[in-house]
Amino acid sequence: MDLKDKLISSFMAFENNVDIEHPVHDVRTEAMKNFELKGFPSKKEEAWKYTSLKSLQKTDFSIFPKEEGNTLEYKDVKRYFLHEIDTYKIVFIDGIYSSYLSETTHDGVDICLMSSALTKPMYKPVIDVYFNKVASKDESLTSLNTAFSREGAYIYIPKNKMPKKPIEIIHFATGNEASLLLQPRNLIIAEENAELQVIERHQSLTSNEVLTNSVTEIFAADSAIVDYYKIQNDAENASLIDNTYIDQKNKSVVKVHTFSFGGKLTRNNLNFYQNGQYIDSTMKGVTILGDKQHVDHHTLVHHIEPNCESHQDYKGIYGENSTGVFNGKIIVDKIAQKTNAFQQNNNILISDKATINTKPQLEIFADDVKCSHGCTIGQLDEDALFYLRSRGIPKKEARALLMYAFANNVLESVRIPELKARINKLIAKKLGVNLGFDL
Amino acid sequence: MLKIENLHASVEDKEILKGINLEVNAGEVHAIMGPNGSGKSTLSAVIAGKEEFEVTEGSIKLDGEDLEDVSAEERAHKGIFLSFQYPVEIPGVSVTNFIKTAINESRKARGLEDMPANKMLKLIREKSELLDIDRKFLSRSLNEGFSGGEKKRNEIFQMAMLEPKLAILDETDSGLDIDALRIVANGVNKLKSKDNAVIVITHYQRLLEYIVPDFVHVLHNGKIVKSGGKELAIELEEKGYDWLKNEAVVE
Ligand SMILES: Nc1ncnc2c1ncn2[C@@H]1O[C@H](COP(=O)(O)OP(=O)(O)OP(=O)(O)O)[C@@H](O)[C@H]1O
Ligand SMILES: [Mg+2]
Repeated sequence: MDLKDKLISSFMAFENNVDIEHPVHDVRTEAMKNFELKGFPSKKEEAWKYTSLKSLQKTDFSIFPKEEGNTLEYKDVKRYFLHEIDTYKIVFIDGIYSSYLSETTHDGVDICLMSSALTKPMYKPVIDVYFNKVASKDESLTSLNTAFSREGAYIYIPKNKMPKKPIEIIHFATGNEASLLLQPRNLIIAEENAELQVIERHQSLTSNEVLTNSVTEIFAADSAIVDYYKIQNDAENASLIDNTYIDQKNKSVVKVHTFSFGGKLTRNNLNFYQNGQYIDSTMKGVTILGDKQHVDHHTLVHHIEPNCESHQDYKGIYGENSTGVFNGKIIVDKIAQKTNAFQQNNNILISDKATINTKPQLEIFADDVKCSHGCTIGQLDEDALFYLRSRGIPKKEARALLMYAFANNVLESVRIPELKARINKLIAKKLGVNLGFDL
Repeated sequence: MLKIENLHASVEDKEILKGINLEVNAGEVHAIMGPNGSGKSTLSAVIAGKEEFEVTEGSIKLDGEDLEDVSAEERAHKGIFLSFQYPVEIPGVSVTNFIKTAINESRKARGLEDMPANKMLKLIREKSELLDIDRKFLSRSLNEGFSGGEKKRNEIFQMAMLEPKLAILDETDSGLDIDALRIVANGVNKLKSKDNAVIVITHYQRLLEYIVPDFVHVLHNGKIVKSGGKELAIELEEKGYDWLKNEAVVE
C-alpha cells in the first residue's frame, strides 16, 4: 500500500469512528477530500519541479503517534533549547505533548496546546474565527495536515499584550518507530498591538526516517509584531515540509527567519497575505548545505492593499552534492498602489556538483509600485581568499569567514541576541570551523 | 633572510617573472621600482604565496627554508606580510574581527593560546593611535567603501598589529595624501628594527625620502635590470625608465 492509500484508510478508520463528534470533524473531512483528489504533488507540477517526494511516498510511515509517548531527559536534549535564556516551551516527543519538558502559560496570554484549543469549549470562539482560515484549502499537503490536525502549539496573545519571554516550539523524534510521519498544526494569534517571538525547531534524535508535514497559521492584527524563527538543523534522515500561512492586518510587522542547515529534504512554503495597509512583511533565510541535502524555499507575498512593504533576503551556500531551490512569488493586486516589494536571493556554490535553481515570479497589476528583485549565483572570491590567507588565516577558516560574511546581514535582524549567538555557532559548526564569529 | 634565485613565474602559461635574483637581509630596506606591468605586484604575490601564479623555475627561501610547498597562511605565520596594492573589500567582516582572527590564527599556528581580549584591545588602541586611525573606522567592514588612502593606512595598521619579519609594501604610497604619507612612513619606520626587513614597491622617489632604502632595484619585463643605492631612485625620477629598457634589450 502506498502512503496515500495508507493515509486515506487511516483517516477513515479514525475520523469516522472515534472522532466523529470532534468540533473540527467537518473541516478535516473536507480537507481529506481535497487530499484524496490531489494526492502528493509530483514533479510534473511547476511548483514541485525540483523537489521530489517520490521516495518518501514509498516509506511505510507510522501515521498515528503511540499514545503512551516517550520520555526524554532534559539534560539529553538541553542543547536543542535556547537554554541560555528563559523561554516558554511547547515540546512534543514523537508527536505527543511532553508536559515534563514544556512550560506553558495562561497568565494573560495563552501559550498551550492545539489539542485543548480544538476541543475545549472556551476556545471555540477563537477556533471558529481563525482555525484553517488562512491555510490553503487547495494545496494538497496542507489539506493532508488539516485532515490529521490534532496537536501542535496554540498561542493567543490578546490586545496590547506581550509574553514575558520568547516561545520555543520543539518537536523531538526519538526513533521509536522505524519511520514516523508527524503532522503538527500550529495556530498563532497576535491581537491588536500584541507582540511575540517564536522559535520553532524539529529535531530527530536518531537516524530513523522522519517526515514532518507541518502547518502553521499566524494572524497578526493591527499593529501586531511577530518574530518567527525557524531552525532547520535536523538529522540526516529527517525531512520537513513546512507550510506557513500568515495573515496580516494594518501596520502589523511580521518577520520570518529560516535557518536551513540540516535535514535530508526540506520544503518551505511560506505565504504572506497582506490584508491591510502599511504592513511590513519580512522573510529572511540562510541556507548552508552539504552532502546530498535538499532545500526548497517557496515564498509568496500577496500585496492585497495599498501602501505595504515586503522584504525578502535569502542567502544560500551549497557544497558537495546538495541542491537548492528558491522560488519567490510576489503578487501585487491592482488596488495595491504604493507597494514596495524587494526580493534578493544570493547563492554561492562551493562544489561543482552542487546546484541551485532560483526564480523570481512577479505578478504586478498595480502601476505605482516599487519592486526590485535580484538573484546571483557565484563562487567564493579567490582574491578575497588570498587576502585573508596572506594574513595568516588558514584556507578552511578563510573560506568559512567569507561564507559567514556573505550570510551575515541576514542575522542582523535577529532580535534575540542569544539566538543570534546560537545561529552563529551553528553556522561555524556547519562550515566545519571553530571561529568565534562575533561580528 | 629572503633569498630569491632565478625565479620564473607564470600565470595561464604566460611567463611574467623571468629569472629574478634578490637577496634581502635582516635590517635592510629594499626598494623595487619599474614601469607598469613589469611584474612588481606579481613578484610580491609570489613571495606571499598566491597559488594562481605557478613557479616554473628557481626558488624563494626564507631563512634558508625553501617556500615552494609552504601555503600563503604558513608564510604569514613565518612572518611574511604583503601590503596589497589593491586591498580587497570584504563586506560583513569588521576590521577588528579580521585582525583578531588573523592574530589568533597565527598564535594558534605557533602553539599559543588566543591573545587575551584586554591585551588585544590595548594593542589595537596603541597601533591605531600610531597610525592616527579613528576607532570608529575599526568597526567598519574591511575595506568596504574605504577611500584609496584609508585602505592603504588600514594595510599598514594590519602590518603594525602583525609585526612581520618581512614586509612587502606594494605601492602603499599611491592614494595617500601628503600628511597620510608622512604618518604611514613614520609608522613603518617605527616598526623597523635590525631583525626585520622591508621591501618597498613604489613609482615615486617621495616615499623613499621617508623610508630610506639601502638598495634600489629596477624591475623591467620580469627581470631586475639594474640595482643600486638610494641615488638610483633619484636618477630614475629624473630620467624615467627608457634608458634602462634599452639596456635590458642589449643584455
Ligand atoms: N592573473 C593574471 N592573468 C594574466 N596576466 C596577469 C595576471 N596578473 C598579472 N598579469 C600580467 O602580468 C604583468 C605584470 O603585472 P603586475 O601587476 O605584476 O605589474 P606591476 O609591475 O605591479 O604594474 P603596476 O606598476 O601597474 O602595478 C602584466 O602584464 C599583467 O597584465
Ligand atoms: Mg603593481
